[in-house]
Amino acid sequence: MKNLSPVESPLGLREVETSTKPLTPTQMAFRRFLRHKMAIIGVIFMVAIVLYVTIGASFYTEAQSNRLNLMIMLSPPSPGHWFGTDFVGRDVLARTIYGGQISIIIGILAVVVSTFVGILIGAFSGYYGGIIDNLLMRFTEAMYTVPQLFLLIVLAKFLGGKLPTFIFLGRSFSGSVIIIIGVIGMTSWMYLARIVRSNVLSLKEQDFITAATSIGTKDRFIILGHILPNTIAPIIIAATLQVANSILTEAYISFLGLGVQPPTATWGNMLQEANKYLERAPWLWFFPGMLILLTVLAINFVGDGLRDALDPHSLVDVNKE
Amino acid sequence: MVRFIIRRLLQAVPLFLIISIGLFYLANHLGDPLLSFSGNGARILPEDRLRLTRLMGLDKPVYVQYIIWLVGNDWIKVDTDGDGVPDEFGTRKGILRDDFGNSFTEKRPAMDVISERVKNTLLLMITVEVVVLIFSILIGIYSALHQYSVMDNLITTLSFIGYSMPIFWAAMMLMYIFGLNFKRWGLPYFPLVGMYELDVGPTILQIIWHMVLPVASLSIVSIAGYSRYVRSQMLEVINQDYIRTAYAKGMPVRRVILGHALKNASLPLITIIGMDLPMLLGGAVVTESIFGWPGMGLLFYNAALSADIPVLMGIMVIISILVIVFQIITDITYTFLDPRIRYD
Repeated sequence: MKNLSPVESPLGLREVETSTKPLTPTQMAFRRFLRHKMAIIGVIFMVAIVLYVTIGASFYTEAQSNRLNLMIMLSPPSPGHWFGTDFVGRDVLARTIYGGQISIIIGILAVVVSTFVGILIGAFSGYYGGIIDNLLMRFTEAMYTVPQLFLLIVLAKFLGGKLPTFIFLGRSFSGSVIIIIGVIGMTSWMYLARIVRSNVLSLKEQDFITAATSIGTKDRFIILGHILPNTIAPIIIAATLQVANSILTEAYISFLGLGVQPPTATWGNMLQEANKYLERAPWLWFFPGMLILLTVLAINFVGDGLRDALDPHSLVDVNKE
Repeated sequence: MVRFIIRRLLQAVPLFLIISIGLFYLANHLGDPLLSFSGNGARILPEDRLRLTRLMGLDKPVYVQYIIWLVGNDWIKVDTDGDGVPDEFGTRKGILRDDFGNSFTEKRPAMDVISERVKNTLLLMITVEVVVLIFSILIGIYSALHQYSVMDNLITTLSFIGYSMPIFWAAMMLMYIFGLNFKRWGLPYFPLVGMYELDVGPTILQIIWHMVLPVASLSIVSIAGYSRYVRSQMLEVINQDYIRTAYAKGMPVRRVILGHALKNASLPLITIIGMDLPMLLGGAVVTESIFGWPGMGLLFYNAALSADIPVLMGIMVIISILVIVFQIITDITYTFLDPRIRYD
């Protein structure tokens, strides 16, 4: 607390005058975030994992992660293969690196899809109301009623094998990567749609929206330029936590054998293969599982920190240092 | 209250139609149901295929199949021999009259197949829910009363870890430690898969013994989430005036916490339970498949793989009905816990 000097205003109200420039809401949120210990740990974990799957990739080529060597199959962790080798002699460490890339990409892109759909449906529903709202919300409810994993199984089976293997950035990906991104995205937007809708409902009654409408602002601009920026905090929080959920979901669906298909490795399908070697080769499932746990944990920590930082209720004691 | 329940049930009708139409369409495009029909993987001759398709009603457009599934075809004449002339009344009664059709793979009423599994799933899920509730309420209350203590911080960290763990990985760890290694060390160990040893039979003791690991792995994840929730709800409640009043008039701490604080903090918890219970019924696909627990989740998974439409749709109907019923029960429980809430 520096340079604070309470002065009497003409109205007799106590005002606090600061000589430093007032903090913008973003700066305040950022400060609160930095004070959140778990969030900082989460960020450190996240950076470490991203480095692991990126820098790590410069030590092993993708071909190495897929190279079979039946001579050394199922060998336990050793100096040559830190995480051991799997049932066809592939290096588990190299596979967790390349698998991690895919798992994380799926997590992020699935959230891009679900956030887009969620915002679209929520904003339309809340802004236009009436029959559109009714129809969209019944649909949302219907999606909510069916357990997500059931929907995932049916959709993954429904779309499975429809896309061929494709080449992207010099690497070949199984078409199932795109399908899984789509399927996870399409089954996890409901929560966000509801948040956006309720925010839009309360925002659209406010004066600044009425003002915008009265000067003839187009609906599209009111939604994109006025309403959504004011509801960005819950969207960011929900999206962050959703990345963690999507990575878990990918693991579940791959574990059931309906996820990303070989040869593309993900943490999830590595675990599925490892299930058969529960006793013989615990390193096969321990390391990918641990990496999923750490990644999801890091994201959850960050999400929690963001929630505290962006929550307007915690605006008090911003300058307390 | 009765009017409220009726209104809610009526609202559920369009919801049910949306779900069932969507899923029926998907279920009809999951692959070739006849592939698993013969069971032993034998090839089906083209003429048999034609006959079977007609017999199972799969030759008709999806919307016709849906209508038959919903209301049956015993009121219209159907063409049974494939000559294009309708000759006799159909045999399906439709799900509205409790006929879910025959399972393609097991060739007996789909409802029989499902109801055998429902019991196992219910057994597992209710146990999990009870374990989860007891532990999460105890842990939640403890951390709320000792906010920011070392223990509270430890619990918070642990629950974040539990919450972030893939259930099947937790299951694998438990199986590895308590199933395999305990056996190796000569300690009493837990069985890995199934509901009972085949040579002992389904005795109560056997089933309990086989439930330990699945229940534990399902509970770990849920307790983590729930106890955080109980904690935050309790924290909100124990700062209220009426709690201070209760303390001020000399009420014993136990009664303040359990009678006043917990009762009010449990209101939002009920919503979560009401939402989670039916989800648990279906959501345990992964756990059931790793522990070989013959429940509904595993059945659904297998039905999806073999495109067994009647079983698939039967499970979905049951789950949808359960979700809707639980929502109504949740709303009614509210009125008991909070007399301010009225629906009429």
